[in-house]
Amino acid sequence: MAILFFFYFAGVIVLTSILVVTLRNPIYSVLSLLIMFFHVAGLYVTLEAEFLAAVQIIVYAGAILVLYLFVVMLLNVKREERYHSQFPLAALLGITILTEVLMLAFLRGFSSEAPAVAPAVGDSAQPGEAIAGTGNTETIGEALYSTYLFPFEVASLILLVAMIGAIVLAKKKVGEGEA
Amino acid sequence: MTLPLADILAILPELIVVAAACLVLGLDPITPAPRKQWLAWLSVASLLLCFGLTSLQLDERVMAFSDLVIIDPYACFWKLLLYAVTVLTILMSLAYLKEEKIHLAEYYGFLLLALSGMMIMVSAADLLTIYLGTELMSLSLYVLAGFKRAEGRSLEAAAKYFVLGAFSSGILLYGISLLYGLAGSTRLSAIAMSVATRRLDDPALLLAMILLVVGFGFKIAVVPFHMWTPDVYEGSPTSVTAFMAVASKAASFGAFMRVFLEGLGGLKANWHVLLLVVCVATLVLGNVVAIVQTNIKRMLAYSSIAHAGYALIGMVVAGQAGAEGAVRSLGLASVMLYLAVYAFMTLGAFTVVAMLRKGGLEGDEIEDFTGLSKRQPVAAFLMLVFMVSLAGIPPTAGFIGKFYLFMAAVQAGLAWLAVVALLFAAVSAYYYLRVVMVMYMREPQASARLEPRLAASPVTAVVLACAVAGVILLGLYPGPLVALTNQAVLALK
Repeated sequence: MAILFFFYFAGVIVLTSILVVTLRNPIYSVLSLLIMFFHVAGLYVTLEAEFLAAVQIIVYAGAILVLYLFVVMLLNVKREERYHSQFPLAALLGITILTEVLMLAFLRGFSSEAPAVAPAVGDSAQPGEAIAGTGNTETIGEALYSTYLFPFEVASLILLVAMIGAIVLAKKKVGEGEA
Repeated sequence: MTLPLADILAILPELIVVAAACLVLGLDPITPAPRKQWLAWLSVASLLLCFGLTSLQLDERVMAFSDLVIIDPYACFWKLLLYAVTVLTILMSLAYLKEEKIHLAEYYGFLLLALSGMMIMVSAADLLTIYLGTELMSLSLYVLAGFKRAEGRSLEAAAKYFVLGAFSSGILLYGISLLYGLAGSTRLSAIAMSVATRRLDDPALLLAMILLVVGFGFKIAVVPFHMWTPDVYEGSPTSVTAFMAVASKAASFGAFMRVFLEGLGGLKANWHVLLLVVCVATLVLGNVVAIVQTNIKRMLAYSSIAHAGYALIGMVVAGQAGAEGAVRSLGLASVMLYLAVYAFMTLGAFTVVAMLRKGGLEGDEIEDFTGLSKRQPVAAFLMLVFMVSLAGIPPTAGFIGKFYLFMAAVQAGLAWLAVVALLFAAVSAYYYLRVVMVMYMREPQASARLEPRLAASPVTAVVLACAVAGVILLGLYPGPLVALTNQAVLALK
């Protein structure tokens, strides 16, 4: 069974990765990337790394991909026309999803003492084992802050470099107030 | 959780470098413009402090941070070399950056952060840590390559370096992940044990080894992973080019050799052949293509590729399965010696290139050196010394470096490789001495509208003096450096 899931996820990952680079429409490319991220998360679940799966979805699918989409849409203003024909369908789906989200939120709100305990982790990735994620997360946290403390801090330096580097390269005025 | 003091002490030099980088970046906004160069002096002071600290660690052998970091003579040797290179780079940058009007304090911050990445690379005993060190170094270098933002070439260099560098990092990481899958750990010692118990023709193991060669091959710029080098070296600010050509190459060699000799030592029969092919290809292509270059930075880029090829000879010797332990150690020591020597002569050559100005721009064509001996006899003579040393002619240090490498090759029964390398060293003399010929034999053209001039400053003179002293003294009296490299080699199994 595990092998079956592995090959399903791996197959879809390969397929969508190829689509990302072969599709001509950048929006479709980005959306294939989204599907790929979800399947990578699935792969993590089969490895019982629920925390990673959740992080994968929240960080990659949630944050990074939305940023990609923004950039692609900003760069291809002219192509926008092409999507207008889908407006009714998009609106319909959007409203449906919004309703569902609101309903879920309200139902949850009425029935709950639970959510503080059950982390979002298990929920999004594997509904059956909501609690199983807790131990997982703790283990990762402990490893990061004890055994792998040094590489962890190096990673934070890398982020610092990336941040300042982006600012230095994108800043408008060059060498203002020159010596 | 408490941190043992011993761990902190072990990585004190790294901490100082990072702290200095943060201090420079933090003080930048509150420093008035005329005093910005104080930040450069701050960086230099912190590096001198680190130099002293690392010299004290030279005899130690300590593992820190749950065996992820190792402080041994080998790591300390590379760190000392890297400090020296960084100090000289900072000093040569002062005048150059002002000429180019890109004198920003971030420059020094990034140099220090790149240096900290390199220090982590050479003193990590764990693949994950080495990878993160590599990334820290590379990311800083990507930004530095694009520092001359007003110029298209610099931005092109940064973009190319970034895309290809990210790609090669991916390949390196893929190799690391395969090794992790096979060994169950990213620590080099655990990998070495796992390799010892495994069949050597395991395809996954071989694939991981090949991917690591590709990943590191990109960082040290050997054929066929050298394509980025000429464009990036040409487009980057010259001081950054010098830093990349010397420091990043030295650090990558340091990590490369540690991974392959300590982690994958059991596979040496396999990677030995692979590196032999890469080495010969690099020697041939680097030296032959350098002949046709007209831009001095591109020529020095191909020359740096060729020099990586020479250094690989030592690594091939260190991986020679049949050779005695002493010979293999000699191979390893000669790589270290060679890269130390290479650092001085290449930094010197790039400093002269950075000084040469044509109008408001850099004079980076070989033609711009025409008749330099008449106008600037001292600079021309220094360039002559560096070129002669790069070509490997006695009594300069370049000769000593090549001599030890070839001797190691001959002792390991690879005499044919030494002969090939010698032939291509002769080829290289052609393009190095062409620069000398242009400087000394040709008359300066009076009609040239923009006469090339030298932007000299006292600090640059100090850098040149250090470089030329290194080249001549190490050429005449290499004893102490040879002893140091012999003391600092890895224990080969």
